[in-house]
Amino acid sequence: MIRLKNVSKMYGDVMALSRINLDIKRGEIFAIIGHSGAGKTTLLRILAMIEKPSEGEYYYNGIKVDGNEEILRKKVTMVFQKPVMFNTSVYNNIAHGLKLRGYKRGEIRKRVKEVLKLVNLEGYEKLNAKRLSGGEQQRVAIARAIIINPELLILDEPTANLDPANVIIIEKIIKEVASNGITVVLATHNLFQAKKLSDRTAHIFNGRLIEVTETDELFENPKSKITEKFITGELYF
Amino acid sequence: MTEYIIKGIQHAFYLIFTANPDVIEITLRSIKVSGMAILLTTLWGLPVGIILGISNFFGKNIIKGFFNGLLGIPTVVLGLILYLMLVPAGPLGFLGLIYTEMGISLGQAILITPIIVSFVANSIELVENDIKELAMTLGAGRIEASLAVIREAIGGVMLAMIAAFNRAVAELGIAIVIGGNIFVKDSALNTRVLTTAIQMYTTRGEIDIAIALGIILLSITFIVSIISNIIQSKLT
Repeated sequence: MIRLKNVSKMYGDVMALSRINLDIKRGEIFAIIGHSGAGKTTLLRILAMIEKPSEGEYYYNGIKVDGNEEILRKKVTMVFQKPVMFNTSVYNNIAHGLKLRGYKRGEIRKRVKEVLKLVNLEGYEKLNAKRLSGGEQQRVAIARAIIINPELLILDEPTANLDPANVIIIEKIIKEVASNGITVVLATHNLFQAKKLSDRTAHIFNGRLIEVTETDELFENPKSKITEKFITGELYF
Repeated sequence: MTEYIIKGIQHAFYLIFTANPDVIEITLRSIKVSGMAILLTTLWGLPVGIILGISNFFGKNIIKGFFNGLLGIPTVVLGLILYLMLVPAGPLGFLGLIYTEMGISLGQAILITPIIVSFVANSIELVENDIKELAMTLGAGRIEASLAVIREAIGGVMLAMIAAFNRAVAELGIAIVIGGNIFVKDSALNTRVLTTAIQMYTTRGEIDIAIALGIILLSITFIVSIISNIIQSKLT
């Protein structure tokens, strides 16, 4: 479904990503782990087509993304680490993507109701989204992303800074969404979460892709010493 | 002196509550003239402010600095410059705008253009950069994403228009130099507005009318601000 070929990203003189070669399969939950500043968010932003690689090629369902972003972006959505809310009601936030796609009011109302139930935010429709707690905003952000039935859902540290109750809710949503056939790519510092949720995991270190394999294999028998040290907490910065 | 002022205030309320025709005419003209100024500025200033806020291009900061610098232009100096252009012998004399309501509107529109451009550009820039990216991740194209940013900045845009209107309705320099404070009973060519009338009645010692007009002018600015707050809260 997704193929990155020798993708690199430079910000000025800083190499954020270096020659990433990666395939992501349709329907899998794919985790990306790595230290802070490793390049996880940069990689996610490229996958979400909101940043272009400096070098290399990105193919989505066999189509080269470069030059086709506006069309392909409609199949992909991303939830940022820090939830971003439009300054309007929860309802309008969640409905935004459907309105962009020309859905009728009745259909929007029905789908918003369904998705609010899924994220445990029934009754929150009229509240201003900016006034919600961090956990509630993150659930609104996820609701807003899944309501448009993307093919690819990208999550950047979806449970960072959340209390355990909200973490459980969001992890449950991720599993449910993936079971409906949506491909999920998630970046996380929480190794336990990556192990619990994902089918395959990639380890990124200083912008380089160190290892990509089945999640159980990566955690039980990492091929790279760097990955082994990262998993055991021996990698210091 | 205090007794004099108190009597002035009392007469002012009398003039307002009995709807003195001259007071009503001057008030309505002020709103009309400054309202037209806002309309003109919206046509040319709002797009410039939006483009400055959204775009990144070489020289952007110089242009922003230029408009910020014009925020403090003395109204009487601008009035003088426009006077020299609009008098019959001036380069724009053929427009016939000197000593007309439209002339005042044009002058006020030029005066408040930097306010609209600067406030709107700053409001849009203050909107989180994430909003544009968020809109893109929900499937928005470039134009739709820019519209999302502008919508988020609507509060700032409304504030800009209120600040601009209040500056226009309260300025004296342009109204007196370009308008001339003309008032002939039942004439269609009058140009007397609240500020020029306050100035005139004060210098004449007709304090009660000056106070009445001052109360009205203050009330207009407050009412406009309240309406703007209501609209902003409805929009968000």
